[in-house]
Parts: sequence; C-alpha cells; structure tokens
Amino acid sequence: MSKFEFPKSITSRPVWGTLEVRSGEHHLMIAEAEGAEAILDIATPDLMAKTHLIYIPKGTGYAERLRALNSAQFYEGPSYEASLQRIRRVLEDTHMGLQVYLTGTEGMMGQAMSEVMTVGLPHTAIQTEHRGSVARRMQCVHCKGITEDVEVDPFVCAHCGLNLFVRDHYSRRHAAYQGVCVDAEDHGNVPEPKGIYE
Amino acid sequence: MSGAEKIQVKVTEITPLNELVTRFRFERVGGGQLPTFSGGAHTVVEMQDGGITRLNPYSLMSDPFDQSSYTISVRRDDEGRGGSLFMHQQVKLGDEMTISYPVNLFSLDLRARKHLFLAGGIGITPFLAQIKQLDVLHGHWELHYACRNHALASYADQLTDRHPNETHLYYDDQNQAIDLKNLLSGQPLGTHVYVCGPKGMIDWVRNTAAAEGWPEDCIHYEEFLAPKPGKPFEVRLAKSDKIVHVGENESLLEAIEREGVDAPYLCRGGACGQCETVVLDHEGNFVHRDHWLTDEEKAAGKRIMPCVSRFEGKSLVLDR
Repeated sequence: MSKFEFPKSITSRPVWGTLEVRSGEHHLMIAEAEGAEAILDIATPDLMAKTHLIYIPKGTGYAERLRALNSAQFYEGPSYEASLQRIRRVLEDTHMGLQVYLTGTEGMMGQAMSEVMTVGLPHTAIQTEHRGSVARRMQCVHCKGITEDVEVDPFVCAHCGLNLFVRDHYSRRHAAYQGVCVDAEDHGNVPEPKGIYE
Repeated sequence: MSGAEKIQVKVTEITPLNELVTRFRFERVGGGQLPTFSGGAHTVVEMQDGGITRLNPYSLMSDPFDQSSYTISVRRDDEGRGGSLFMHQQVKLGDEMTISYPVNLFSLDLRARKHLFLAGGIGITPFLAQIKQLDVLHGHWELHYACRNHALASYADQLTDRHPNETHLYYDDQNQAIDLKNLLSGQPLGTHVYVCGPKGMIDWVRNTAAAEGWPEDCIHYEEFLAPKPGKPFEVRLAKSDKIVHVGENESLLEAIEREGVDAPYLCRGGACGQCETVVLDHEGNFVHRDHWLTDEEKAAGKRIMPCVSRFEGKSLVLDR
C-alpha cells in the first residue's frame, strides 16, 4: 500500500495531489521509490512517447516495469542528488508547455519542485502525488542543517545534535519542514520518540 | 467613500497622437509628487459630464518611477458611452480633474524568467509602463503589437527606436498576423504571457496558450469592459431599503450610486471583484458580463457584479 492519507493540518503544510495527464508536447516525470506506481497508473503509449522519465529506486524494483513503458527517455539514478544535473539540464533546454509530474516522498517532491520554481514555473503548475514513505526532510531552525528521512518525533538533528520537535511549518524554498528544539527550557526533558503520525 | 483614494490633478499636456488616440498628462494640483505605481496599473478618471459623473479606468502608461506626472492615452470611441468622447472634446489644458490612486490588476509576475507581451491596438498602454519598469530591472521581455495600420499604431515608432530587438509589429492592412502557436511553443520555460487588447484577441491568446500546455498562472490578461446598455429594470436594495430604477444607458452600479448608496468598486470594468454583491432574491435572468465570477457562480445566481452586469426579469433584490 503506497498511499497515505495525511491528517488535515495548518495552511503551511503542503497538500499533495493526484497525477493526471495534461496536454503538452513535453513531459518530465520524476518518480522516487513507490512513486513508480503513480506513473504506471497514468501511463499511456501516447503520453510516454513524449516523456522523459527519471526513476530513483531507493531500494524498490520498478525499473523493468517502467522501462517497458517505452518513454522517450528513461534514466534510473541512484539518488535524487545524482539525478539533479539531468533534471537541471532538461529544465534548461525545454520550452513552455512542459508538464512536470513528481511522485514519491515529500522530500524528493519538495526539492524537485523548488528546482522547477527556480526556472520560473509557478508551483501551482507542478503536479505531485505522494507515494511511499511518510518520512520528512527537516531543517533545524537553530543550526539550519537538513536532516533527511525523519520518521520519528522528536528526533536528533544530524548536524548540531539538538532534540528537535517535528512541526508542520514548511518552507517551499528549502523544501523542508521546521524542526524546533524540544527541551530548550528544561534540558534533557525529551518525550519518547514515536512515529510522526502516531 | 468607495473606490480607491482620490487625487486632485491638473491637465498639463494634451497630445493628439493620431486620428483616434490622444495622450493626457496629469500633475498634482499645487505641485508635489504623485504616488508610485507598478507597470500595468490603472487610474479611474472622474468626468463631470453635464449631470452625469463618469468614472472610466485608464492604464497608466508613463514611467512608474517618475512621480512628477501621470500620462494616459485615450482612444476615441464614437459608439461608446461617452467617456472617451468627453476626454477628447471637453477636457482642456489647465482643467482640474479628480483621478483615483493607481490600482494594479495587471501586474508583472516577477517570478517569471521572461515576459511575453501581446498588445492589440490601444491595449499597448499598460505595456509601455511595464517596459519602463523592466528596463530598470533589466528584465527579459519581448513585445508583439498588432494594429490596424501604421498610422494608428500608437507609440510603435518610439518602441522600435528604443527597443528594436524586442519589438515586433503586425499591421492588419498588410495582412500581418502574430504566429501565435509557434511563438508560444518556442518560449523558454518560465515565460509568462500578458495580453491586452480586444476581447477576441484575449480569448484567442488564453485558449491557444492553454491548449499548448501553458499553466493558468502564467497567462495574464486585462480587458476593461465598458458597461453595455440594456433593457431598463428595477432593483430593490434591501439594506438601504430603496427601489432603484436602472435606465437603459447606465450600469446597475451607476444607478445605485445615483440614489446616494455607497457601493464598493475599484475598476468598474468587471475585473477586480470589489463590487461583488449578494443577490437575496430574484425572478428572472442575469446578464453576467464580468471576468470575476466563475461560470458556476454565474449559473448559481447568488452573486452579481453591478459594474458591468445587468438583469432581465420580474424582480431583483440585492444585499446592499
């Protein structure tokens, strides 16, 4: 089961959508892990003939099924970071009318979205669908360091070691949620960590 | 008092540009600086025409960074309701007039990497201010300007002089037309398109861009509608407890104002949404003409934009 219904929250929290086919001459799809399923759900031969598909497996095995879609271009990259040069190149070379589809974890979609916004497409024009892990990409408000794939709350900042509380406040620019020190006033009084949505 | 704040100005220059278009310069009465504005902003000019107060929006075309004066260009419309004729025939050098603070419903989206301007006829005016703004910001832009002929192409020579590489002109009498589909599909990612001109041109650009896969938020347009005449009708204003008769040649908003009821407004052209009014009860059909309400809202009959829309039928009750 790759779908998860996020509880309703504050306005700052991103709301992810459901991918749908849009008209356009060029399509860029980035699928991370179980995000591959969202692509398989909407893929048609016509659409894929105009699509550059980037797949970041993160330990999943959808490569063969995605390759079988016969997209105009297919790339399997070991990580988002490894795919970034290619993503930038696609955005640099393409024209208006490009449709962007992002699917996978919040961290990947957020980062790719920020990359697409940098070249001037409004965030409202970028399609997203969350699939797979509900882990978050967190930014420590104290040291500004990013901790990837945070699954529990509170957690320890990978950079400065503070105990951070996982908030729903989100930065589109950093593509990260805000992590705030949980025991600033009463040092060492840290609640037992549990899953973010438990 | 509804509408944007007012400024008292003096007409300090009247320049006929061609057969149809005249430029007016306004400076503050008693001197002093005018408010800054951003490219694409308009001002609502008040005209005391006999017993009628006309309020017409005109795009500010002067340099947004020049606070000493504002200029507007007015195209004479012999079949219009008379605002442009008043400007052309009645307004004299040295006259004092009342204009509103600038209001911008057609601003540049500065997230864009490139701005593509499409102008039809007098629709060139907001772009003149935007181009001056982008000059200062070193913005990336390109203009495609379609006119009936060279003689009526206001500011075309000035634009080609100053911006020979960015300005592209198309004249109807030489059978030139914008190759829109090609133009749109060749734009780099991050381009925003802006269109100002006749309704047909706006619809053409919006529809073509949407079909080419352009996101809605990258398509900007401005069309001020003049209220169209229509059958007279009666309206009951529930809050003010008044029955108002709307004449053939006045808008619902104008009729409400004539009765001394202070109703909100800003653009008076169906674009800004300020005058949106709740319909309490109705028996008959709405003639919705605005760009504000969605098609669903129009069909629901619970809201009306009194600046341009009308009503045909037995009774209409508004929450005003």
